[in-house]
Amino acid sequence: MQMRAWLLDPAPASRRQAQLGGWFRAWLAFRRNTLGMIGLGIVLLLIGVAAFAPLIVDPASALTQVLADRLQPSSWAHPFGTDELGRDILARVVFGARITLTIVVLVSLIVVPIGLAIGLPAGYFGGWIDAALMRFTDIFLAFPRLVLALAFAAALGPGIENAVIAIALTAWPPYARLARAETLTRRRSEFIQAAELQGASHLRIIATQIVPLCLPSVIIRLTLDMAGIILTAAGLGFLGLGAQPPSPEWGAMVSTGREVLLDQWWVATIPGLAIFVTSLGFNLLGDGLRDVSSGRG
Amino acid sequence: MSAATSGAGHTVGGVARRIVAPLRRLGALLFSVALTFLGLTGVTFAIGRFMPIDPVIAIVGDKASQETYDRVYRELGLDQPVLVQYGTYLGKIARGDFGNSVMTARPVLEDLVRVFPATIELAFLALVIGVVLGIPFGVIAATNRGRWPDQIVRFMSLVGYSMPVFWLGLVGLLLFYAKLGWVEGPGRLDVAFDDIVAPVTGMLTIDALMAGEGDVFANALGHLVLPASILGFLSLAYIARMTRSFMLAQLEQEYILAALAKGLSPWRIIWVHALGNVWVQLVTVIALTFGSLLEGAVLTETVFAWPGLGLYMKNSLFAADLNAVLGGTLLIGAIYILLNMLSDLVYAMVDPRAREPN
Repeated sequence: MQMRAWLLDPAPASRRQAQLGGWFRAWLAFRRNTLGMIGLGIVLLLIGVAAFAPLIVDPASALTQVLADRLQPSSWAHPFGTDELGRDILARVVFGARITLTIVVLVSLIVVPIGLAIGLPAGYFGGWIDAALMRFTDIFLAFPRLVLALAFAAALGPGIENAVIAIALTAWPPYARLARAETLTRRRSEFIQAAELQGASHLRIIATQIVPLCLPSVIIRLTLDMAGIILTAAGLGFLGLGAQPPSPEWGAMVSTGREVLLDQWWVATIPGLAIFVTSLGFNLLGDGLRDVSSGRG
Repeated sequence: MSAATSGAGHTVGGVARRIVAPLRRLGALLFSVALTFLGLTGVTFAIGRFMPIDPVIAIVGDKASQETYDRVYRELGLDQPVLVQYGTYLGKIARGDFGNSVMTARPVLEDLVRVFPATIELAFLALVIGVVLGIPFGVIAATNRGRWPDQIVRFMSLVGYSMPVFWLGLVGLLLFYAKLGWVEGPGRLDVAFDDIVAPVTGMLTIDALMAGEGDVFANALGHLVLPASILGFLSLAYIARMTRSFMLAQLEQEYILAALAKGLSPWRIIWVHALGNVWVQLVTVIALTFGSLLEGAVLTETVFAWPGLGLYMKNSLFAADLNAVLGGTLLIGAIYILLNMLSDLVYAMVDPRAREPN
C-alpha cells in the first residue's frame, strides 16, 4: 500500500519516482482491459513455456523417433498424441514455442533499428533527405510481404535464419514511417531547441531526446505486428522454407500432418492451434496497449 | 470552402489551377508508380543475382570446359557491368520476356497467363464475400459501439487477423469435405468433368456458364466455395474492422446530429449519409485487400491443390526454377502497385479535399 501511494504521488520527488509512477498508472489502466490482460497472459505463457521447455516435457520425446508409437491418439503418455514418426506432439509444440519466440525476437532486433535508422533522419532533417528516404521506404511498402519473403527465402535457401532475414526485409517500412511521424511532431519542440542551443550534436539529440519518445509507439506497433510475423514465419515453414526438419517448427508440423489429416487429424490441428493462439495473444495484447496509450494521449 | 472553390473556378487563374494542379498530381503519381516499379524490378534482379546457384553451371553443367563456360558467361551478359545487366533485364521485362521456366520448359509469361485466371477466380469470390459481409458487419459494430454486436465483430476480426490461413484451410477440408461432405475436395474440378468445357477466360465457373454446362458449373462452384470462403473470412476481418473505425469517425461528426435534428430516420443517416462518406476510404481498403488475397492465395492454393499462381510459384520454388518464381513475384508486385495507384486515383477523383491543393 505504501508502495502504491509512493508510485501514485502527484508530486514525485525524483525523476525516477515520476517515471515509475507513469508506468504504474499505465499498468492500472491496462489492467482494466480484459482482452488485453488475456493477451498478456498468453504471451507470458509462451515465454514461460519457451524458457522452461525442458522442465515441462522430456526433451528427448520431441525428437526421438519411436516408430512403434506412430500416430497414436491422445493418451496419458501423449496428451496431444504422436506424429508420423512416433514423436510426442505436446513436447514438439512446447519446444516449437522456442523457435517461434526466437524468430519474433530476431525479426524485432533487425526491424526496429532499420526503421529508426531510416525514419529518424527523415523526420529530423526533412528536405531532400526526407524525400529520398521516404521514397525508398514507399517502394518497400508497396511490396507484397509474403511473396517477397518467399522470393528471398528461395534465393537465400530454406532455413530459419534466412526466413528471419526475409521477413525482416519486408517488415521494416512501417517502422520507418512511424519513427518519421513521431520525430516530425517533436522536431520543433522547445526542449529540442534548448538542446541545440546547448551545442548538442544532431546524433546526440536524436539518440537521447527523440528515440526515447518514439519507443512507446514503436513497441505497440511491434506487438501488433508480432502476429503477422508469426503467421508469415509459420507460412514459410508450412511451405518448407522455414525451419527444416526435424526441428519442431509449428508451420512445418502442420505441413507434415497434412498427409494424415483425414485419419489422424490431431497431427496437423494441434500445432496450428498453437500458431493461432499465440498470434491471437499478441493481437489482444497489442490492441490493449494501443487502447491504453491512445486513452492517455 | 465550396463557395470559395467555385468562385475561384471562374477566374483565369482558377481555371488554370483546376487543370494544371490535377495534371501535376497525376504526373507525380505516375512518377512514383514508375519509381516503385523500378524498385520492384531492382529487388527481383538483385534476388536473381543473390542466388547461390551459378547460372552458367545451371546451363552448361559442371563438367563443361573452361572455354564453354566463358562463352556462356559472355552470352548471358555476366561480363557486363551490373547496371548494364540491369538495363538488359528491364528491357526484357518490358517486352514480356521473363525467361523460360525450367520446370515447364515454356516461357514464364505463357505459364503465368495460363495459371493466373484460377487465382483471380478464387481471390475475386473471396473479395466479394469479404465486401458483402464485412461492410455491414463493420457498420453494425460501429452503430452498436461497446455493445455485444460490436464485441462479436471485433473479436471475429481479431480471430481473422490471428488465423494461419493454411491451417484454417486444412480444418475446413477436414470438416466440410471429409466429415460433412458439403463441398467438393481439393482441385478445381472432379476428374469426370475434366476437358468438357473449352477454356475461354480460364475461370472455370464463367467458362462453364458460357458453354451452358450446368453440371460442370455446379462442380466447379463446389470446389471453389470452400477456399474462397476461407480467404473471404480473412478479408472480411480486415474490411469489417476498417469499416467500423471509419464509421465511428463519421458518427462523431456534427452533420449526423444535424440530420437527426432534421428528423431523418437513423437508418437512413447510417446507411446513406455516413456510409456514403466512408466508401472512398473503403475503396482503398478493398484494393489493399485484393492485393493481400493474391498473397494469401499462395498458401491457400497449396492446401487446396488449386492450380493457380500460388501453387505454380510454390512448385517452382522447389524446382529451383528462379525465373518462374521471380516472374510470379513481379506479377503480384505489379498488381499490388497498380491497385495502390488505382485507389489513389479513385480517392482523388471522389474526395474533393484530396483533389484541391491544400
